Order: sequence, then structure tokens, then C-alpha cells
Amino acid sequence: MNHEDVDNSRRQFLTTALTVVGAVGTGYLAVPFLSQMQPSAKAMAAGAPVEVNISKIEPGQLIRVAWRGKPVWVLSRTPEVLAILEKDTAKLADPNSHESKQPDYITDPLRSIKPEIFIAVGLCTHLGCSPTFRPEIAPNDLGADWNGGFFCPCHGSGFDLAGRVYRSVPAPTNLEIPPYRYITDTLIIIGEENAEENA
Amino acid sequence: MKNKMNECTDWVLERFPMSKLWNEHMAEYYAPKNFNFWYFFGSLALLMLVNQFLTGILLTMNYKPDAKLAFDSVEYIMRDVNWGWLVRYMHSTGASAFFIIIYLHMFRGMMYGSYKKPRELIWIFGMLLFVCLMAEAFMGYLLPWGQMSYWGAQVIISLFSAIPVIGDELSLWIRGDYVISDATLNRFFAFHVIAVPLALIILVFLHIVALHEVGSNNPDGIEIKESKDPWGKPVDGIPFHPYYTVKDIVGVGVFLLFFATVIFYMPEMGGYFLENANFIPADPLKTPEHIEPSWYFTPFYAILRAVPDKFAGVIAMGGSIVVFFLLPWLDRCEVKSIRYRGGIFKKALALFVISFLALGWLGTQPATPTLTMVARVFTVIYFAFFLLMPIYTRWEKTKPVPRRVTHEADAEEQYAAIVDALEEMTIHEPMKTSWGATAFPVTPNKTGIKHVASRLLKKLKESFE
Repeated sequence: MNHEDVDNSRRQFLTTALTVVGAVGTGYLAVPFLSQMQPSAKAMAAGAPVEVNISKIEPGQLIRVAWRGKPVWVLSRTPEVLAILEKDTAKLADPNSHESKQPDYITDPLRSIKPEIFIAVGLCTHLGCSPTFRPEIAPNDLGADWNGGFFCPCHGSGFDLAGRVYRSVPAPTNLEIPPYRYITDTLIIIGEENAEENA
Repeated sequence: MKNKMNECTDWVLERFPMSKLWNEHMAEYYAPKNFNFWYFFGSLALLMLVNQFLTGILLTMNYKPDAKLAFDSVEYIMRDVNWGWLVRYMHSTGASAFFIIIYLHMFRGMMYGSYKKPRELIWIFGMLLFVCLMAEAFMGYLLPWGQMSYWGAQVIISLFSAIPVIGDELSLWIRGDYVISDATLNRFFAFHVIAVPLALIILVFLHIVALHEVGSNNPDGIEIKESKDPWGKPVDGIPFHPYYTVKDIVGVGVFLLFFATVIFYMPEMGGYFLENANFIPADPLKTPEHIEPSWYFTPFYAILRAVPDKFAGVIAMGGSIVVFFLLPWLDRCEVKSIRYRGGIFKKALALFVISFLALGWLGTQPATPTLTMVARVFTVIYFAFFLLMPIYTRWEKTKPVPRRVTHEADAEEQYAAIVDALEEMTIHEPMKTSWGATAFPVTPNKTGIKHVASRLLKKLKESFE
């Protein structure tokens, strides 16, 4: 073979062209491969709303329901609890919920449609553990200034009974409020905002 | 007959470099002759990898990667499959043993400077192996689908959501659902049994190829290739086979004694190897009162919890692993082995080991305000060890490094000294018993014990200077 006839620029061109075409092809193939790992159509359809009947809820009681596989809390808040929540805002990081995920129609600082029924997604905004319900005042393990709230056992984040996060804990924002509405006074539907919108 | 065998061997050798490979990596791979106890852990890690592969293959034959069936299939393996309990305990205990071995293996590297030039790439491949091993262990822990599996995975995957902008999408993509679910379990199974094991094998191959290219380090931290005999063999080297294969078999024997004891008598290790909450099936509505990761993740977990900000905490936890990769470039000291390094490095390494163990313990405890403060102090020490290293390793007053490997007295040679020390610490005085016989009771000699202890302490203090 006579090496003097080799046209190096042509070789270089072919190599570059093959590399570019190969990279584009790999890129195209990566789309279905990576997209395969996204939630499937079935998983996306599974987020059906759930109805909760609150006629039997006791004052101060917390009930848990599953919505989209997540725990949702329905808490009955007594007037005493509401009084504490109104005035005990000094230790909160975001008392008016500016940074938090919640539907637009929840504007009350106590974060509910009706103050006595509080609904929130029961997952800590830090790393997704489900905080424990600790309504007692100043228990031994949580210290004297604990006025009732939710305490996350995983990393020590605390929230008050309006799901508002305390200062200098790992959780960055208040607990998420799911979309919900009242069908009647005692029947709530979680995951649905308007009667017309049947998702 | 023998002729036929030779023909057969020749046939293979003409087609495959069998004897060349054997010689290069075993019979003519020269390893320093002064390897000590710490050099068992490389081959033990390989043994554990084989253990995990074999038991893992057997487990997949009966395990069902389905959120509805997984928990029960593990119990089925434990109760109804012949010897299923043994295979499962070998696998679960094997995971913990693997991490003990790897941590000791890494500590060996830090003590004797095995990460330093020219072994930086061995260290990098080793660190990649460590990261893959953590991924493998984490994904494997989801498979039994117990409470701790579920909530542990929930916490770790949520770590990714702390990344700004893409975080939420990324954690959704990893889970394949809005919460940990069947989709997550199924893909973790795929990663745990196919993807990560393949990566591990490739990395082990690269780790060993790189090691055999530059040759092993040793407790004196000198290059044996620098003193060779007229035939070009390192004078301080001995062929890996048979010398170290035989030595390693002793290590394997002792290790298996401990390993079998744990498997047969304490497979859950008091809730450290298999956590108590994991004997309850996963419940997406309720987090266990006290959630903690497997013990081998707790130092990093304690660092995560110590930082009071979500994103910064994740960065600190990631950083605590990433700094290990940078070790070869953070350490500016020319001397490799701790034997000839300055006291400041010895003290720093001791502090690091203490803070690593303390963080490991703190990670198993509930996050009370006091313990969080303690964890912050140890987190600072942990990072200071690495980040101040370029400064303090420069001032180091090192000792002269020998040109040839030194001889370390082994237990047999120290026997006389040990007997003398024992003699000094005890009193043998004949005394009359109440029934008239003469007895020779051995009683401790207080001043003798004091002397021996003060000598030991002095030795320890000197070694830190």
C-alpha cells in the first residue's frame, strides 16, 4: 500500500462525520431509554381524588388517609389550639406561608378553608418522612417551649399545628397543603378543587 | 496419557495467554515481603464480593420484586426454602462484613499512604468501588420491603430533590412514581442484580490492573522496585503465589470464623445488621418512630442531619465522600507511611478516626439538640482533616525513610518480652492453705502493672511525636 497517496484531511473528515452522526444517534436513543424511567401512564392516572367523611372526627383528633400513595392528615383543631396558633408565631420561619406549596385559595395564616379542620400532606418537606403528631404542651422529650405540633423523628424538624415550620430545623418550607374542597359540611374531597373539574 | 495432557495444554497456550496471565498476576507478581495484618483486607473484600454474588443469585431464585409479594417472599425464603435462612443471612451479614472490610482496607490506605503517587488511580478506582458498593447496599436494602426499607429509600431519594431546579424532576425520575412504589422496587431490583454488580466487576478489574502495573505499597511506604537484584527482581519482593495466597488463606480462615459466628448466633447483630423496624411490612402512611440507615451509612447520615439547611446538608453529605477522592492531592507530604510521618499527621488521622466513629454512633441516635451540636463539632473535625491537609502536611517533621523494607517483630519473636511483662505484673508467692497444703496463687503486682503501663504509654506518646 502506498502511504503517500493517503488524503489525511479526507480521513479526518470521515472520522469527525462518523463521530457527530454517532453522537446524534446515541442522543436520540437516550431519549426513550431515559424516558422509560419516568412515571408510566398508569402511575400518572392513579392520582384519583379521595373523599373523607369528617362527621365522626373528635375535637383534637387526627385521621390519616392515603391520596396518591401519600399520607394526608385531617386534623380537628380545638379553639384552644387555634388561640395558640394565632399568637405563637415568633419561632416560625415562614408564618404567612410565602414560600410554601399550597392552593391559591388557602390564604389564611392558619392554612385551611375552615380553621377548625386542618388538612395537609403528612410528609416532611425535608426528606419526606412522615412526622409524628405531638399535640401535647411541653412534653419531656421536646422541651418546655413545645406548644403542640408535628415532630419529624428522622431529622428533628418541627412544625406547628398549622403545618408551619420552625426556625433553624432542616426542613425548608411549611408542610404542603393538597387541593381539597367541601362537598357538604362533613364531606371533604381531597385532590379536587372545583366540582366541574373531574380529574 | 501425560503426552496427551501436554498436547492439550499446548493447544490452549497457542490460542490463549494462560501462563502469561498466571505469571504476570500471580507467580511472578512481586509483592513486598513486609505485608502485615492490614494487608488481608484486599483479598477478603474479593471473597465477600464472591459471597454476595453466589448468595445473591440463589436469593433471586425465590425473591419476588413486587410491592405486594416482596415482603412475603423474603419470609418464604427464611422459612420454607431449604437452607434459605442460611443463604439470606450470608447475604445480609455479608453486606455488613463487606463494609467492615472495606473501611479497614481504606484506613490501611490512609495509614500507609497507598493513595500517593504513583497509586492515585488505584485510589480513585477504589473510591468509585466504594460509591458503587454504597449504591448496591442502599438498593438492596429496599428489596425486603419492610418499614425501614421503605422510609430509608424515601429519605435517600428525597436527597436528590434538594438539588435546585432539576431536583424534583430528578427524584421523580429515580422513583418512577410520585412516591416509593412498586415501580421503584422493580427498578431497584434491576439495578441491584444487574447494573451495579456489572459496574463493580469492571471496577475491581481496573483496580487490580492499576495495582499490578505500579506494584503494591507496603507498611514502610517505600518502592520495592527501586532495589532490584541482578535478575531484575525486587530484593524486598516475594512472588504473590504461593507466598501471599497462602498467607491470605490464613486470613480467610480467621475471618470465616467471625463471619460464621455472626451468621449462626447473631445474624441481626442487635438491630444493626438487620434493623428491627424492617420486620414490619412497608406502610406508606406511617414512618417508624426512630428511623436510621444501616450502620455503614450512619457517619454520612449524621453529617446530613448536622447541617440545619436542606440543600447545604445534602452538599455536606456528598462532600464528605467526594473529599476522599481528592486525598492524593490534598496530602502534600512526600513520605508515604505513617511510620515515618510527623506527629501532626498521626494526631490528625487519630482525630479523624475518632470523629468518623463518633459520627457513626450519632447517626444511630435520635436527633436531639445536644447530639446535633455534638455532631456539628465532629463534622467540622471530619472536614478539617481533609481541607486543612494541604497546610499541616507541609509543616510535617518527617523521620528518615529507610531504603529497604524493615523487619517488624512478630508475636513469636515478641514472646519472651510478653512473658517478661507478665512476670513483672504478677506475684507468685507460696502460701499455706487452711488445710496445710502449699499453693502458688498468682496475684497481680500493682507496682509491676504500673511500670508496664507507664512504659506502654511512653511508647505510645513517643510514636505520636
